[in-house]
Amino acid sequence: MRRTTYIQAINEALREEMQRDEDVFLIGEDVGHYGGLFRVTRNLLDEFGEKRVLDTPISEQAFMGMALGAATVGMRPVVELMYMDFTLVAADQIFNQIAKYRYMTGGLLKVPLVIRGQQGGGKRYGSQHSQSLDSLYAHFPGIRVVAPATPYDAKGLLKTAIRDDNPVAFLEHKMLYFTRGEAPPPEEEYLIPLGKADVKRVGKDLTIAAFSFCLLQALEAAETLKDKHGISCEVVDLRTVEPLDTETVWESVAKTGRLLAVHESYANCGVGAELVARAYEEAPDLLRAPARRLGMAPVSIPVSRVLEEEALPWKEEIIASVLDMERR
Amino acid sequence: MKSADHASEATTTDDVALPAPAEAKTDGPGHPASITTDVLPSDSATELVVPALPTDMLLEMYRMAVTIRLMEEALLAAAEEGQIGGAMHTAIGHEANAIGAAYALRPGDYVTCTYRGHHHGLAWGMNPGRAIAEVMGRSDGFAKGKGGSMHFVSPELGMMGANGIVAAQAPHAAGLALASYLRGEERVAITFFGDGALFQGVMHETFNMAAKWKLPLIFYCENNRYSEMTPIWRTSSIEDIFLFPRAYGMASVQIDGNDVEIVHAAVSEAAERARDGSGPTFIEGITYRLAGHMAGDLETYRPPEEVEKQQAYEPLTVLRRKLGARGISEDQIAEIDEEVDEYIDEAVAFAENSPWPDRSETYLDVFAGSTSSGG
Repeated sequence: MRRTTYIQAINEALREEMQRDEDVFLIGEDVGHYGGLFRVTRNLLDEFGEKRVLDTPISEQAFMGMALGAATVGMRPVVELMYMDFTLVAADQIFNQIAKYRYMTGGLLKVPLVIRGQQGGGKRYGSQHSQSLDSLYAHFPGIRVVAPATPYDAKGLLKTAIRDDNPVAFLEHKMLYFTRGEAPPPEEEYLIPLGKADVKRVGKDLTIAAFSFCLLQALEAAETLKDKHGISCEVVDLRTVEPLDTETVWESVAKTGRLLAVHESYANCGVGAELVARAYEEAPDLLRAPARRLGMAPVSIPVSRVLEEEALPWKEEIIASVLDMERR
Repeated sequence: MKSADHASEATTTDDVALPAPAEAKTDGPGHPASITTDVLPSDSATELVVPALPTDMLLEMYRMAVTIRLMEEALLAAAEEGQIGGAMHTAIGHEANAIGAAYALRPGDYVTCTYRGHHHGLAWGMNPGRAIAEVMGRSDGFAKGKGGSMHFVSPELGMMGANGIVAAQAPHAAGLALASYLRGEERVAITFFGDGALFQGVMHETFNMAAKWKLPLIFYCENNRYSEMTPIWRTSSIEDIFLFPRAYGMASVQIDGNDVEIVHAAVSEAAERARDGSGPTFIEGITYRLAGHMAGDLETYRPPEEVEKQQAYEPLTVLRRKLGARGISEDQIAEIDEEVDEYIDEAVAFAENSPWPDRSETYLDVFAGSTSSGG
């Protein structure tokens, strides 16, 4: 094992899949010559050339639609959205077209493409460059939604996403890019299946189900809760939001009897609301206390450090939620 | 600026100030796109070389045109009877655009089109019985009744999908052309859309990318002079929409879309340009929708005389005239008409007898390799 950054893990996954399959190509804004705004695709143009790494104009609708067209004849485009917020610029192509294409054609066509890019707050990018859109993506049938929290998971899941015959939204987080973690060296290939959650911390009092950067926040919160309050939290990393691996979550809740779902997208109509609802529908007997969800405050995301921190559902919010749940 | 009088008159083109078309080999006729619908540029000057097509091919094209026309009429009748739900847009009057193009392209080429796409589907070889079944939502529809009228598709014929959202299919064709280019293939993609699509942003994004990357792509605009229920002169900032793509450095030509030979020539030339790496071409085929925008359209936006006047220029009339000039008798034409009539009757019967899909079908085809949402 070695230490690698989240960015490096994604870069390696892209490189390996491009080496493996000629039909994989990258398309997006500044992905080629510049190497991506966050340098995720750096050096790939040099290795694969301009026919595999395509710099586009700022035309999200068109290049998203082109990816769909190319995918219907078996190419495997990996589309970078510079900010996941631009999903909303390309929304017709993503939700009216890509998500529905297989279904509308009665299964005659498949759409093997990946839409990837970073989302989330914490860097003071403000309302139009900090949103988390996992819940939005998950709302539409026909798109897989993946949001890994560690370099190891990012690499293994992205490789799987590229090989999947369905459209996959691969949601990175700007706060994760420079985090480090252990991963096998490049020559040791591994894949992680979509739809498998992973218990990142074992505990007995309460289950926190999280993903993406909130997973790291949950782990930190769990540490503090243990040290300062003697509460033992089990932290389940959902890793993929669609499909949602409720089985792993219920296994944990069977042990703890308590469930808190945490994510950075809005709590309202969010993944956490879904998970909590399913807990009451599918596993009500496991719950020994009301299940809860925690998400971004229902405001557009402000720029000021102080205000942004207030709105984000991070460590302190998680601790407060857990303590409140323990009191009841 | 046009006066409101223009709307009520709507019969002459004299008061329309024209932009001067740029000098280019593929210049359009230099005449307004007849937004007032009075004149079609059928015989107007164009530098496009239009070779005469063999009579046998014209006869096949005529048979196809009648097939499309009669299927559309049968579908309208079925809609009247309540057999078809939702929005159904027929291509009555548009036939030549699809047929001329289909004959000009090769097997292996790709096509995407708008929700007014029945004629493309049939011209590309789709079976009318299964097409009608699809529109009716029956199990023998090619998409098992999930796509319906607005989503004709047949990948084995290169028909990669009609679309319910105006202009959304244009980047899909650009992506198909991109795949061809990246793989070093000779395939060309063509995308059909209406005049209304010119005012969607994605159309212009696609013009720019296709032209910049010299994609093997043909943009084919079927300009029927109405964006749904609104005449184009109410919405377009310029008279001749074939001038828009020129801003992107694209070859662009305005033709009579009701004449299969002219369409065939224009698409052949565009395909040649696409295949030799010279990039995309925009073709504005002037045409006219003889039926409503959709089944049930009240058609309050145009006088019946306007539609009547177009009968002289519509594709079947044009084809009959051509065939007459080639010595094909009226009896021979009538024989084709009768054969097709019978063929469409059988197609309708096939569709009506096709069973409803099993309810379990609802949950299939959401994801490849699985049967449900996976949730």
